[in-house]
Amino acid sequence: MSEIKLITPVTDDVIKKLRIGQKVLLNGVLYTGRDAAHKKLVELLDSGKGLPIDLQGQIIYYVGPSPAKPGQIIGSAGPTTSGRMDLYAPKLIALGLKGMVGKGKRSPDVIKALKQYNSVYFAAVGGAAALISKSIKKCEVVAYPELGPEAIYRLEVEDFPVIVVNDTLGGDLYEEGTKKYAIS
Amino acid sequence: MSNEEGNIIKSINVNNISQAVAKLCIDANYFLGQDMIDALQNAYDQEISLTGKEILKQIMDNAVVAKSEEVPMCQDTGFAVIFVELGQDVHIEGGSLENAINEGVRRGYTDGYLRKSIVGHPLERENTGDNTPAVVYYKLVPGDKLKITVAPKGGGSENMSAIKMLKPAEGLEGVKQFVLDTVLAAGSNPCPPVVVGVGIGGTFEKAAMLSKESLLRAVGTPNPRPDIADLEKELLISINNLGIGPQGLGGRITALAVHVDVYPAHIASLPVAVNINCHANRHKEIIL
Repeated sequence: MSEIKLITPVTDDVIKKLRIGQKVLLNGVLYTGRDAAHKKLVELLDSGKGLPIDLQGQIIYYVGPSPAKPGQIIGSAGPTTSGRMDLYAPKLIALGLKGMVGKGKRSPDVIKALKQYNSVYFAAVGGAAALISKSIKKCEVVAYPELGPEAIYRLEVEDFPVIVVNDTLGGDLYEEGTKKYAIS
Repeated sequence: MSNEEGNIIKSINVNNISQAVAKLCIDANYFLGQDMIDALQNAYDQEISLTGKEILKQIMDNAVVAKSEEVPMCQDTGFAVIFVELGQDVHIEGGSLENAINEGVRRGYTDGYLRKSIVGHPLERENTGDNTPAVVYYKLVPGDKLKITVAPKGGGSENMSAIKMLKPAEGLEGVKQFVLDTVLAAGSNPCPPVVVGVGIGGTFEKAAMLSKESLLRAVGTPNPRPDIADLEKELLISINNLGIGPQGLGGRITALAVHVDVYPAHIASLPVAVNINCHANRHKEIIL
């Protein structure tokens, strides 16, 4: 299986070509965010205020890294369960967010938003956090430092490995993959 | 020192306990158990999905990196769940046992650069900053030893656990169905390939404890009761037939093992609990 290289920020044309099951290597910038940061972002949107980061064409990585040891750029940094962000994600997708990286199923509302606004959902390997952190080359806090590991970080990544799980056609690899290998 | 019957009592200082707990917290998070390494290799050999195979390879490579660089395997370094077996001829000196355990957790999570994932109040949700308090379970046992097991438990897998009070008439079929339903509903969230702990019998909380304690066995070690060992084998086949696969992206290996423990039940009750662990199944122990 060949791998597709993506460099952020990404355009609709690039996103529309992605299909479930494809392996993708992410390059460029990823913004991190978990429940607490998402809550704050959506509160800003709901009160008509601007966001601390420009999400146009960008990708959010659902992660709360462990603390960096001396000499490390970032601690272990694997994906967290994406479902906890499902309530917030459609609003960010509508704003131009082109991708999310996490683990676990998304809600029907998120999948609908992906189709409507041309965005995708990628899975990274949950629990492969020490390995994944090797593809993170730079890390800085850009918003909500008070949230600690839940702050929004700007990561610069090289060949960060992910798999397309939900594409712009409504495909869902969790559904399809399970169906393919199930024995009744 | 000796007790009233003249038996020698062993003294253990709380500082030694804190030190031991700190090391166990770090070791459990940095070093994947050999039983899990073997189980993952076996899964890799058996998996037919190419994506599944690549995921299993990444998980094994991750364990090598974590070990060689002495960093956590996973960023979610867990709730420190601690099982204490205290010999009744042991005297703890120098302070409170529970304080000593929490001090060990504090040091381990700070000195080991482990993530602090505990909020002090479940609704107010402010981080305690040092991963305390631990969840500690005590068992008083004969002898003069103190056994401490640290089993850091991640949120992703713990959140997929479930318990149900079945009607006794639902019997074995009801138990099997509930286990399968729980693993299917969990899907990709608990980071498959998982280890599935099942507790059958006892009361509401006893069933939950059985399911959690069963995860402390070396992975794939069968229950000593032949009928329960057979049930473990059957459940493993049924779970793997669900097709969920590594990381839920489809495949033949969803679980590495199923561990079942049973306990006598009330004439009116058939409790069944399922506690799922991720592919790290972290736990380390020491005997003082």
